[in-house]
Amino acid sequence: MQSRIKQFPQLSSEALANDQIQKNLLGLYDGFHKARISASEATPNWDELSDRGRAIKEHTIENLDYYLEMVERTVTAAGGKVFFAKDAAEANKYVVDIAKVRGVKLVIKGKSMVSEEMGLNHELEKAGIEPVETDLGEYIIQLADETPFHIIAPAIHKSKEEVSDLFQEKLGTPRMTEITDLAMEARRQLRSKFINADMGITGANFIVAETGTVALVTNEGNGRMSSSMPKLHIAITGMEKVVPSIEDLGIMLRLLIRSATGQRISSYVTTITGPRKDDDEDGPEEFHLVLVDNGRSKLLADPAMRESLYCLRCGACLNACPVYRKVGGHAYGWVYPGPIGAIVSPMLTGLSDGKDLPYASSLCGACKEACPVKINIPRMLLYMRHQLAEGDNYPEHKSAPFGEAMTFKLWRFALSSSMGLRVFGGMARILQKLVAKDGRITKLPPPLSNWSKLRTFPALASKPFRSRWKG
Amino acid sequence: MAASSGQVKASLFVTCIIDQFYPEVGESTVRVLQRLGVELDFPQAQTCCGQPAFNAGFWSDAKPLARRVLDHFQHSEYVVVPSGSCATMIRIYYPELFHDEPESLQKARSLAERTFELSEFIVDVLGIADVGHLIGDAAQSDMQKVTYHESCHLRRELGATTQSRALINSLPNVELVEMDQAEVCCGFGGTFSVKYPEISGAMLQDKLDRIGSTGASSVVACDCSCLMQIGGGLEKAGSGVQSVHLAKLLDDAIGQKPRANG
Repeated sequence: MQSRIKQFPQLSSEALANDQIQKNLLGLYDGFHKARISASEATPNWDELSDRGRAIKEHTIENLDYYLEMVERTVTAAGGKVFFAKDAAEANKYVVDIAKVRGVKLVIKGKSMVSEEMGLNHELEKAGIEPVETDLGEYIIQLADETPFHIIAPAIHKSKEEVSDLFQEKLGTPRMTEITDLAMEARRQLRSKFINADMGITGANFIVAETGTVALVTNEGNGRMSSSMPKLHIAITGMEKVVPSIEDLGIMLRLLIRSATGQRISSYVTTITGPRKDDDEDGPEEFHLVLVDNGRSKLLADPAMRESLYCLRCGACLNACPVYRKVGGHAYGWVYPGPIGAIVSPMLTGLSDGKDLPYASSLCGACKEACPVKINIPRMLLYMRHQLAEGDNYPEHKSAPFGEAMTFKLWRFALSSSMGLRVFGGMARILQKLVAKDGRITKLPPPLSNWSKLRTFPALASKPFRSRWKG
Repeated sequence: MAASSGQVKASLFVTCIIDQFYPEVGESTVRVLQRLGVELDFPQAQTCCGQPAFNAGFWSDAKPLARRVLDHFQHSEYVVVPSGSCATMIRIYYPELFHDEPESLQKARSLAERTFELSEFIVDVLGIADVGHLIGDAAQSDMQKVTYHESCHLRRELGATTQSRALINSLPNVELVEMDQAEVCCGFGGTFSVKYPEISGAMLQDKLDRIGSTGASSVVACDCSCLMQIGGGLEKAGSGVQSVHLAKLLDDAIGQKPRANG
């Protein structure tokens, strides 16, 4: 997918000025966010479950090569094929080549964030193959030619009126005002696609190494239809989605679903082990699992960033994040938005291109608090800032603005002794007379002038605490 | 953990923001702690914990300042910090900052064990969650309605959510009215509010609306950085709601002029 990650400052400003987006984002706190809190509070020993989930991810990621080899063995033994793609281009080529060889004309797709990373739909279209998204939200944004706004609710930024207009324009349907009518229309449109498709593509929420099983979590049943109706099924996911055993899957499902929507279990949880067996009533004749690296090795190689691979893509950190709840998903400019996006997107697309993202956080830690596997996102944001400013681990991406670097050198010099603080503080007190009135500054000079548009700034006290202490 | 016998000795790390911008909050902190029987000292060499540079990624500039804190508070029995954010820097992030420097790391771990944010110190170390009985008749005043903003580092890094509320609730002349989304960030975030003043401002606006909805006359918090953002926003908006540090609220209720400090 084309990255617009460099445009975060501009895209976030646009989102702030968009009333519809602001209105829809307001619902996240009382909706998904509170639903997650209620669901976790209603789960006995949630914290312990969370620790176990994290331990499973830690163990699997530390031994990823071992478990990936196991996946290859078990999926093959179940009659499927495994392909390891080092990047998006390799993954796209593998999928498009199979589609061409099998004469595929129509592809139905379950929701897959990794296929968004790959820009797979575009590649299929280039090869003359029609891809159709079957998750309702994904279907809407495909019609609108947009990218997902939220990891689990891709079209959450659109009002029902906007969706009605979109359907009218693209499908020629009459104006509808009820959400159920819109959903029924999408269902009617998709029904023939499901029946006529030659190939189904889905993501995979988890892959169970011991059994070679792919697990899909959906609420619309479209994952099950996409994986079982066509003769050919390809599941595509990131290589970090492996868990060792079925027992581990049980723990992960509990954490994922409660954290994503607040449900105890989603309407559908589908597990698929290889293609249809002789005595199976349905299922595809051919099954492929594509495991995509696409930069994940870089996260794996850096111990400070590795825990980003524990992510279950539940979206809880987005809902918890006060910045995401203001700027929304498109501002982040690539597939993954919000706190986890601020980590993963720059690391997968290029740290210096994505350098605005690690700073677009107040480091409030709401993401860490919400994460079902306790990923310490603020710690990684701080590390990325450090690498951008002066670190040694990504030297080609170092990009601290000169003025900022100098400001901190001066600041450090001024505060390196109490004498320095007295001298510089004294100078600042003289200078502030130009701008301060009645103990406050109502208009700061550039580059701080935007700060004082919404807030007054306190003047330095005439006598600091250190001069008042008489202990 | 409550110190029952003998006087507790503690050093005040006042934070640069209180020192330079809000010295009266520092004085309130002193009066409250002395009233609670703490023998307080103030190492004059202290300046800043280094957090601004650390948060901006300039760890090489943060380190020398952090080392000064490690040295100047090396022998303190306790270190009290009237800021959840600066206490977090010392307790949580110093060990991170010095993870590959064994000598400083050892000092950082030792200091981390002795460092407390003000409300934590009063409730968890001194064992005083109720200060109501310390209010003399003379200090009795009209009922006032306050709301409480939960600062991010205090809640999520130090895990202290109940201490400050207990102290506020123990004041008989104060009614605590919880605001909606009290735990949501005010949008300050140091360099964040400078780099992204619009996003920060939008977050602030939500916070101000929720404060306004409570009908409280003051918003109380444990961090002057949040109060700089919130108070600055209230003032710009022409609101009559005051932004008040917890130390000041407690001081108004129970403080007395200390003998050694005027």
